[in-house]
Amino acid sequence: MIPELGYGATVAALLLALWGAGAAAASARTGRAALLRSGERAAVGAFALITACIALMIYAFLAFDFSVRYVAINTNLGTPFYYRVTALWGALEGSIVLWAWMLAIYTLIVVIRYRRSQPELYPWVLSVMLGVLAFFLLIMTIPAPPFERLTPIPADGRGLNPLLQDAGMITHPVALYLGFTGFTVPFAFAMAALIVRRTGEEWITITRRWTIIAWYFLALGLLIGGWWSYHVLGWGGYWAWDPVENAAFMPFLTATAFLHSVMVQERRRMLKLWNLSLIILTFGLTIFGTFLTRSGIIGSVHSFTQGTIGYFFLGFLALVLLGSFSLLASRMERLRAEGVLDSVVSRESTFLLNNLFLVAATFTVFFGTVFPLISEAVRGVKISVGAPFFNLVNIPVFLALLFLMGVGPLIAWRRASAGNLKRNFLKPVLAGLVAAAALRALGVANGLVLTTMALVVFVAGTIALDLFRAVRARRRSGDNWGAATWGLLLRQNRRYGGFIVHLGILVIALGVAGSQAWSVQKEVTLDKGQSMELAGYQVRFDGLSASEESNHAKVTGAFTVTNGRAGGYMLYPAKKFYPQDQTPIAYVDYRLGWIEDVYLVLGDFARDGSHATVKLQVNRMVSWLWLGGLVLTFGAALAILPDARRAA
Amino acid sequence: MTRGWASAAAAVMLVAVVGWAAAAPPPAAAPPAPEATKPAPAATKPAPAATKVDEQTVHEVASQLRCVVCQNLSVADSPSETAKQMRAIVRERLAAGDSPEQVLAYFVEKYGDWILLSPRKSGFTLLVWVVPFVGLGIGLVLVAVVVRRWSRRPQGAAPSQLDPAVRERIRREMSEMDHS
Amino acid sequence: MKAPALKWAIPAAVVPVLVLLAYGFRTDPREIPSPLLGRPAAAFSLTTFAGTPLSLEDLRGKVVMLNFWASWCIPACYDEAPALERTWRAYKDKGVMVVGINVQDKEAAALEFLRRFEHSFPNAPDPRGRVSVDYGVYGVPETFFIDRKGRVRFKHVGALTDEIARRQLDALLEEPS
Repeated sequence: MIPELGYGATVAALLLALWGAGAAAASARTGRAALLRSGERAAVGAFALITACIALMIYAFLAFDFSVRYVAINTNLGTPFYYRVTALWGALEGSIVLWAWMLAIYTLIVVIRYRRSQPELYPWVLSVMLGVLAFFLLIMTIPAPPFERLTPIPADGRGLNPLLQDAGMITHPVALYLGFTGFTVPFAFAMAALIVRRTGEEWITITRRWTIIAWYFLALGLLIGGWWSYHVLGWGGYWAWDPVENAAFMPFLTATAFLHSVMVQERRRMLKLWNLSLIILTFGLTIFGTFLTRSGIIGSVHSFTQGTIGYFFLGFLALVLLGSFSLLASRMERLRAEGVLDSVVSRESTFLLNNLFLVAATFTVFFGTVFPLISEAVRGVKISVGAPFFNLVNIPVFLALLFLMGVGPLIAWRRASAGNLKRNFLKPVLAGLVAAAALRALGVANGLVLTTMALVVFVAGTIALDLFRAVRARRRSGDNWGAATWGLLLRQNRRYGGFIVHLGILVIALGVAGSQAWSVQKEVTLDKGQSMELAGYQVRFDGLSASEESNHAKVTGAFTVTNGRAGGYMLYPAKKFYPQDQTPIAYVDYRLGWIEDVYLVLGDFARDGSHATVKLQVNRMVSWLWLGGLVLTFGAALAILPDARRAA
Repeated sequence: MTRGWASAAAAVMLVAVVGWAAAAPPPAAAPPAPEATKPAPAATKPAPAATKVDEQTVHEVASQLRCVVCQNLSVADSPSETAKQMRAIVRERLAAGDSPEQVLAYFVEKYGDWILLSPRKSGFTLLVWVVPFVGLGIGLVLVAVVVRRWSRRPQGAAPSQLDPAVRERIRREMSEMDHS
Repeated sequence: MKAPALKWAIPAAVVPVLVLLAYGFRTDPREIPSPLLGRPAAAFSLTTFAGTPLSLEDLRGKVVMLNFWASWCIPACYDEAPALERTWRAYKDKGVMVVGINVQDKEAAALEFLRRFEHSFPNAPDPRGRVSVDYGVYGVPETFFIDRKGRVRFKHVGALTDEIARRQLDALLEEPS
C-alpha cells in the first residue's frame, strides 16, 4: 500500500514541478498572469505531495512496514524510536527526499515573499527553482526510488548503520542540506537577473540574507560533521579531507568569497561578472557534492552507492554549468564594471585578494580530490591523495586569509592613505607581534601556532579598535558604554554581525592550530587494576561488563581517570556489536574541557576482563571549534536582522 | 605606485609560499608522545633482531600509510583491526632494522602507490603538489592585471556620474562611522 | 573588455572537467590492480585449523589457488564457498592446490563456516595479518592464482565463480613446469 502511494505521490509531484517550471517561464515570456498563478499552485501542490511522501515514509518506519525496501534495509525491530524517524535520511534514497522537501519549502517561501515585490524577476526565479526541484524528483522516480516494494516481506529489517545512530548524525545532514539547498535561491535570482537583463545590484540585495543563511547552515553542517567524526569514529580527529568532506567544503569556500565580493559590487558596482560566476560556481559545487557522494567515482567513507544515479547527476551538472555560463557569456556586455580603482592599497583590492585565496583554496581542494582520476586517466596508475597534501597546500592560504580578515574591514575604500593605514593597523600589528613573542617566551616553539596566534591577535585587535572607536563616537551623543555598544551593534548589524563571524573563525583557527600542535596520544594494554599515564592524567583499568541493548550487544570498559588534582571520574568506552555488521563499532567515551579533552577508545580485550587495550588521547583546544561555531551563530543571526537604521 | 605594490605583494606571497612548501614537512595528525626516546637509527647495516623501536617513528611511518579498509584515514589514526595489524608490521620491520623508507617501500611493493596517503613528490604526481601553487601564482598575476586595468580605466563616464560618486565619497569621508 | 568570441571560453572551460568526471564512471575506485602480478608470491608458513603445517614452499611445482575469506564476509564469501569446494574436487588430481586463509576471524565462527560448506582443502587462520599484508589484501574475499614457478599470475577481487577459476587454472596448468 505505502510503496504504491508513495511512488504515485512522487510521480505526481514530478509532473507538477515540471508543469510549474514551464508555466512560470511561459508566463514570463508571454506576460500571461494566469500561467504564473498556475505555476504557483503547482509549487504548492508539489510541496504538499512531497510532504505526503515524508509522512508516508515516517509512518512506514514507525509501523515497521518492511514491505517498503528502504525501511527494511535501514531499520530493524530493535531500532530505537527516534532513529527510526531519522533513518529517513540515513541512506541515499531518503536523503534525496529530504533534499527535495527542503527545496520545496524554499520555493514556497520564495512564492510568498516575492510574488508581489519582484514582478519582473519572480517568474524566472520560480521557474528555475521548480526546474531544480523537478530534477530531484526525477531522481526519486527513476534511479533512486525510496518507495520500492520488497517481496517477500522480511520478518525483520537489516538495521541502521551503527555509525549513524548518534545525535550528530541526526542533525548533520539536515544542517548541511539546508545549506546546500539554500544556495538554489540566490542562484535562481542570478539566472532571472541574467535572463531579464537586470544585472545590477538588485539580485544581490534581494538574496543577501538567503546567502548568509545558506552559508551559515553549511558552516554548521561542516562543524557538526567534524563533531560527529570526533566523538564517534574513534580516531580523535575532526576532519580527514575525505572526498565528500571536500565536496561540502568547496561550495562553502566559494560562498564565503561570494559574501565578500558582493560588497564590492554593492559599493562600487564592480565585479559583476565575477559575482555571477561565483554564485553559479557555488550552486554547481553543491550539485557536484551530491554527485560525488552518490556516483561512487571517487572512493570515500561517505559514498552511498553506485549505479545509474551518477549519470543523472553528471547530466544535470553539465546542464546547469553549461547553461548558466552560456547565459552569462551571452549577457557579457552588460557586466562592465562601473567603478574605478584609485589604488591597489584599498578595500577593493583586499576583497579581490580574499577572493583569490578562497578560490585558490577551492581549486586546490578540487584538484586534489579529482587527481586520482586524472592519474588513472593519464597513466593508468591508481594513487590516492590524503590529508598531508591538503594540509600542506592549504595552510599558507588560510593564514593569508586570516591576515586579510584583519585588513579588510578597516582599510579604506578606493585608496588607503599612509595615515589611514597607520591609524588602523599599527597597534593591532604590534599587538600580534607581542603576542607571538610572549608565546615564544613561554616555550611554544611550533611555528604554525605562533603564526596563527599572531594573526589572531592582530585581527582581534582590529575588531576591538574599530568597535572601541565606534562606541566612543556614539557615546558623544550621551549613551553610556553599554547602550552605545548595543545600539551600535543593532544599528550596523550587518557590519558587526560580520565581525562576530570573523571572531568565530578566529576561535576556530586557534582550535585547529592548538589541536594539531598539542594533542597527544598513547595506546597501552592494561591488566585489571593497572594504570597508564599521559600528560598528567592517570587512567586505571577497572574491568569490563557486557550488556544487551535493543539492537546490539555491548562490552563496556570501566576506567578511572585522575590527574593529581581534585576528584577523578569514570569513563566507559565500549565496543558495540551489531548483528548486521562484522566488525564491532567503537564507542568512544570522553570528557570535554575548555582547554583539553580526555578521550578513551577501547581496543581488544580478554573475554574474562583480565586485560584490555585502551588508547588514551589528550586532545587540546578541540572544544574551541565548537565554541567558534557558537560565536558564528551569533554573528550570522545579528547579520540577518532586519535593518534597524531607520529606527535608531 | 600600482605596479610596484602589486609586484611587491606578489613577490612576497610567492616567496612565502615557496619557503613554506620547502620547509614544512607534511604535518602528521598527532604529535609528540611524551616518552620519546631517540629515534631508531636509519639502518643500512644489518641490525640485531630486537632493536628498541621508538613509538614516535612507528607513528610517523604509519601516518603516511593509508588504512585500506577506512578509505581516508591513515594507518596511525584508524581504530580498525587491519590498521592495528599493519601498525604491528611497521613496528616489527623497524625493529628488524628497516629504515622508515624501506618500510614504506615494502607496503608500496605489496599494495601499489595507492597505499601512500600522500602522493610521492616526484614524477607525474609531482604535478599535484605543484599545480596549486602555480595556480595561486597565476591568480595573483591575474589580480594584478585586473587591478591595473581598473586603475587605468579612463573616467569616460558622463559628468553626471561624477556627481553621485563624489557625493558618495564626501558623505563617506565625513561620517566614517556610518556603514563604511 | 573581452573579445566577442573569447567570452565563450567560460562555458567551454567547463567541458574538460565534465569529461574527466564522466571518465570516472569507467573506473572503480575500489578496484586496485595488484602490483604483485608476475612477481614471486610471498612465502608463508601457517598452521591449518586441523593442526598441520602449511607453507607455500611445499606447494612449489603445483598451481595454487589461494583464497582469503572470513565468516563475517557476507554475502560474497558465502556465495563463492561452494564454487571453491567444487573447483578443489575437480582439480585436486591435476596438480592444483586450493588453500584458504582465514582473516581476522574467530575460530568458532571459522570452523562453523568450513563445516557448513564442507571444505576439504586446507584452511589456516592468519592471526596477525602478516600473510594478508604480504599479498596486499584489502578486503575479502580475494583469490590469487599462483603458477608452478611460484609467481602470482592473477588476482580476483570479490566472489569467485566456477568459470573464472576454471579459466585461470586451465591456463596455468598448460604452462610447463
